[in-house]
Amino acid sequence: MRVALFVTCLVDGLFPDVGKATVRLLERLGHEVVVPAGQTCCGQMHVNTGYPRQALPIIRNHVKAFEDAEVVVTPSGSCAGSIRHQHADVARGQGERVLAEAAEETAKRTYELSEFLADVLGLTDVGAYFPHRVTHHPTCHSLRVLKVGDRPLRLLRAVEGIDLVELPAAETCCGFGGTFAVKNADTSTAMLADKMSNVIGTGAGVLTAGDASCLMHIGSGLSRLRSGVRPLHLAQVLENTR
Amino acid sequence: MTFLGMPAGRGNLTGAPFPEAARTALKDAQLRRNLAKATTTIRAKRAGVVAELPDWAELRAAGAAIKDQVLADLDEHLVRFEEALTARGTTVHWARDADEANRVVTDLVLATGTEEVIKVKSMATAEIGLNEALAAVGVHAVETDLAELIVQLGNDRSSHILVPAIHRGRAEIREIFRRHMPGVDPDLTADPRALAEAARKHLRHKFLTVDVAVSGANFGIADTGSLVVVESEGNGRMCLTLPRTLISVVGIEKLLPSWRDLEVFLQLLPRSSTGERMNPYTSVWTGPTEGQTSHVVLVDNGRTATLADPDGRAALRCIRCSACLNSCPVYERTGGHAYGSTYPGPIGAVLSPQLTGVVENPTLPFASSLCGVCYDVCPVAIDIPSMLVHLRGRVTEAKRTTPESTAMRALAWVMSDARRWRRFTRLGKFGRTASRHVPLPGWSVARDVPRPPEETFRDWWEAR
Ligand code: SF4
Repeated sequence: MRVALFVTCLVDGLFPDVGKATVRLLERLGHEVVVPAGQTCCGQMHVNTGYPRQALPIIRNHVKAFEDAEVVVTPSGSCAGSIRHQHADVARGQGERVLAEAAEETAKRTYELSEFLADVLGLTDVGAYFPHRVTHHPTCHSLRVLKVGDRPLRLLRAVEGIDLVELPAAETCCGFGGTFAVKNADTSTAMLADKMSNVIGTGAGVLTAGDASCLMHIGSGLSRLRSGVRPLHLAQVLENTR
Repeated sequence: MTFLGMPAGRGNLTGAPFPEAARTALKDAQLRRNLAKATTTIRAKRAGVVAELPDWAELRAAGAAIKDQVLADLDEHLVRFEEALTARGTTVHWARDADEANRVVTDLVLATGTEEVIKVKSMATAEIGLNEALAAVGVHAVETDLAELIVQLGNDRSSHILVPAIHRGRAEIREIFRRHMPGVDPDLTADPRALAEAARKHLRHKFLTVDVAVSGANFGIADTGSLVVVESEGNGRMCLTLPRTLISVVGIEKLLPSWRDLEVFLQLLPRSSTGERMNPYTSVWTGPTEGQTSHVVLVDNGRTATLADPDGRAALRCIRCSACLNSCPVYERTGGHAYGSTYPGPIGAVLSPQLTGVVENPTLPFASSLCGVCYDVCPVAIDIPSMLVHLRGRVTEAKRTTPESTAMRALAWVMSDARRWRRFTRLGKFGRTASRHVPLPGWSVARDVPRPPEETFRDWWEAR
């Protein structure tokens, strides 16, 4: 299959390894990956911070960049959620009917990585090997906006050699929330502290998630604590083979 | 979209900016322990009893649909409600805002000549600040709900819709009783049963001597003019039946079209709020009993303005169950006082700014990480996260130009064009220097700012 990768702004600029891992994984599974040149960002930060009008050109750019793609895959539950649940609404709210319809079309062809692997490719076992103790944070937008359910866990469980341990209070928010972490830094820090103590308590050496943003948040806290827990995106775990 | 003549809500709906108020609360370790313990327990109970009902999803959809139907034709339902009430001998009053409602109630109370009223726990009277208004004319209002009483005696503010004293531990409650409850046993222990017994003794005397009661209502039935109060302790029922004058303060959105609709809500409410299959006491009254005078004050206080906003009106479906508070990770850490309103937690973050207008409450729509758990647990399916996002847009619009809006505009310009975006990300080297020297305030106190990589993904992809 020819897969258009939406790499997301955060992965492009700050976490390129997540994008590279996604490419290598999809290619290993026998698919052709293309990276449409016009792409930038999904506009979620603007929408969620209260700037829908400023988000409009970003959304228009995104829809245009992917209008010819057969399927779009992104290593971010949060961006996939925004594309599916915000793009058309924001466009309509700004009186852009044509764009709203185009956005709905793009949204239908857009999948978060674990959805694509599980639903489109019908895979549970992607042939990965990762002999480490791992715990998984499901992330709020993957869980509640996209409803990815246990797809990431099914994929992880099938990884050879993995020691997957359950994260207590896994479904509780880590406190990131985009600009929430800046605007309400104290509250965000209190939420982060509980998430970190749950992560450290599992004894895992690796924390995975399907969103680079939450991993950045938890990872930056873990690094401050010198906990030794490595944050890795789901794609970075699934990419490994024996 | 507020039309002229739609009054904004007043009363206890505003407070200090959320981030500041939250900072104070977060420093209180005891408060955080009390909150975490209480919310964790009730979350588990709620999840258990909700899972028991195979048709929960249908019930929830029915609850949302009934409320939406009421809101769509609210004017007609209100007229029917008023007619039914009047026909059965209740006097109906209309109040545009908190001040008007308080004036109506204080006048009614003063006319009875009493110096004390007993109260059924009511969010509407807390919203309008009725106790304070009564005190100003020399009337003492006695809260009869145990948790409300604790808050009142402690000269404190409520921090939860259902459990106003959720932020207090047992030892603290004992102290409050010992200091402020007249005639209390000085050897009172912190045993919950002993505390409840002390309150019961204190209240019994009030029930038997005070002749005027003030209540709210969980529901009003438009067809019959019935009012419904749902409670756990039975104190409400004492207030509703014993006094000779009963004044009920009811938000105009509390209506249900008919008696039949109540069935849905009597399943949704107790399971969502206390995690019980059924609440111990449900009182329904249709008109005054013999020898009783009854009044109903229908309060707008920003509700019509909320109704006029298509993106926000679903907030008026709220049945004040507090499931969203108990599930919210932000509420769990900050408690209710941080929200500065009678309505704390996720529903408060959308309802308060809508009732007052966003200009009066600009920080509340941002008091959420948008994790979405409130929407999941809400028994009437209010999409709180989407509403928050919508209200944030209204706040930034009202504020016009700020450093943030300038930065967001610049970033939008960069992000709406791939060439501009590439140039921006290639400034990685600049970003590296910047991140070392310009820490993000607040954020970087507890976190290491990530270091931008040597090569962006796009550069890697093209060089491959
Ligand atoms: S918004 Fe929903 S969950 Fe929250 S108090 Fe109201 S009805 Fe309950």
